[in-house]
Amino acid sequence: MNKFDRRGFIKLAGLGGGIVFASSLGRGFGLNALGSVVDYANAKVENDFYFVQLSDTHWGFAGPKVNPDAEGTLKKAVKAVNSLEVQPDFIVFTGDLTHTTDDVQVRKDRMSQFKDIVGGLKVPTVHFMAGEHDASLDRGDAYQEAFGKLNYTFDHKGVHFIVVDNVSDPGAIVGESQLNWLKADLKQQKTDARIVVLTHRPLFDLYPDWDWSTKDGAAVIDALMPHKNVTVFYGHIHQENHHMTGHIAHHSAKSLMFPLPAPGSVPKKSPVPWDTSAPYKGLGLRSIEAEPKQAKYEIKELNVTGA
Amino acid sequence: MNHKKRILLTGVLLASAVVSGLLIYTRANAVPVERVIHITAKNFQFNPDSISLKKGEPVVFEISSGDRKHGFSLRAFGVRTDVLPGKVSRIRLTPDKTGKFTFSCDVFCGDGHEEMTGTVIVTE
Repeated sequence: MNKFDRRGFIKLAGLGGGIVFASSLGRGFGLNALGSVVDYANAKVENDFYFVQLSDTHWGFAGPKVNPDAEGTLKKAVKAVNSLEVQPDFIVFTGDLTHTTDDVQVRKDRMSQFKDIVGGLKVPTVHFMAGEHDASLDRGDAYQEAFGKLNYTFDHKGVHFIVVDNVSDPGAIVGESQLNWLKADLKQQKTDARIVVLTHRPLFDLYPDWDWSTKDGAAVIDALMPHKNVTVFYGHIHQENHHMTGHIAHHSAKSLMFPLPAPGSVPKKSPVPWDTSAPYKGLGLRSIEAEPKQAKYEIKELNVTGA
Repeated sequence: MNHKKRILLTGVLLASAVVSGLLIYTRANAVPVERVIHITAKNFQFNPDSISLKKGEPVVFEISSGDRKHGFSLRAFGVRTDVLPGKVSRIRLTPDKTGKFTFSCDVFCGDGHEEMTGTVIVTE
């Protein structure tokens, strides 16, 4: 099945949304309307694959004015992914799987409930990572018990994925030890290796007054900089954002619980209230079509409502 | 004026000169008095959450926590500190610009952390 067919299936599934074409080959990225022509002439379709990113599901959050379907949205997202006729190779959850709580037992219960729900995904391979809501209050103890390591790597069809933990330290720090681990891993990679970094917070200073940064994120970017083909996918800010630091593209994902306002657009950062005229507005998931040969990633934003 | 009186008068004048000199020196080299501003971080709020300062006025923020570990970050002036229960954290600052500046908790502290912010207003 080639990518055009996959796109067709997404359309058939009724999951509307915009497309972003992301490249780390020095051309940057551009926004294109659905159906824009992209040069696929040199792509080897058999090496291409796609995965789905879900983020900031905040299981356990309660706030009817923000999301009256707090207990149903994640389930709808699971259904939406399962309805894709061509299933993705794997799924990533970029943090804040659960909403924070001081109660250790409630935290564990939420993680367990979350696992039960996403256990309904047809795709067998799911990669999890923590958000500050999951891991900052206990330095990731409950998270690791439920989901495993906070930072790790995996490889898929020629792409090297690196999961960076910038949340288990409540001060939003990656830390010296993890930085050394990252540098050692990158040493094993050729400078033209296809690298995707998955993380929760932005690695650059998107809007630090709203906690939208990683204090030592610049050190992570510095370590990645010698590599020509690096793309970062993250969550945390509950909206799409596309940013370049040099040749490295950073793409944030929407939330599956509540949207947040644009950076600095309001005096106080608070969830955007539910729009009764447009339920689930601002929420969503995305598919990412990877073309390793061209180090190119095609992002398609999907709505929750189609499921 | 006899000799004794002349010596006494000279002594008094000399002493006055020394005292005046010392006063002038002390005044010239005195450390400006800092206004102390107490801030409490508790229950996902800073109290006060609005602080008025004068440009050029030296202040010291004395920040304490009423519950758990927090952070205090005033990025516009490049200052931050951890705020720990049972301790007073101090930040010295002499504002060199006017305007409204956000301060926030930059250590994740729980549900409500996201809205734990305040404003420093600096006027001429």
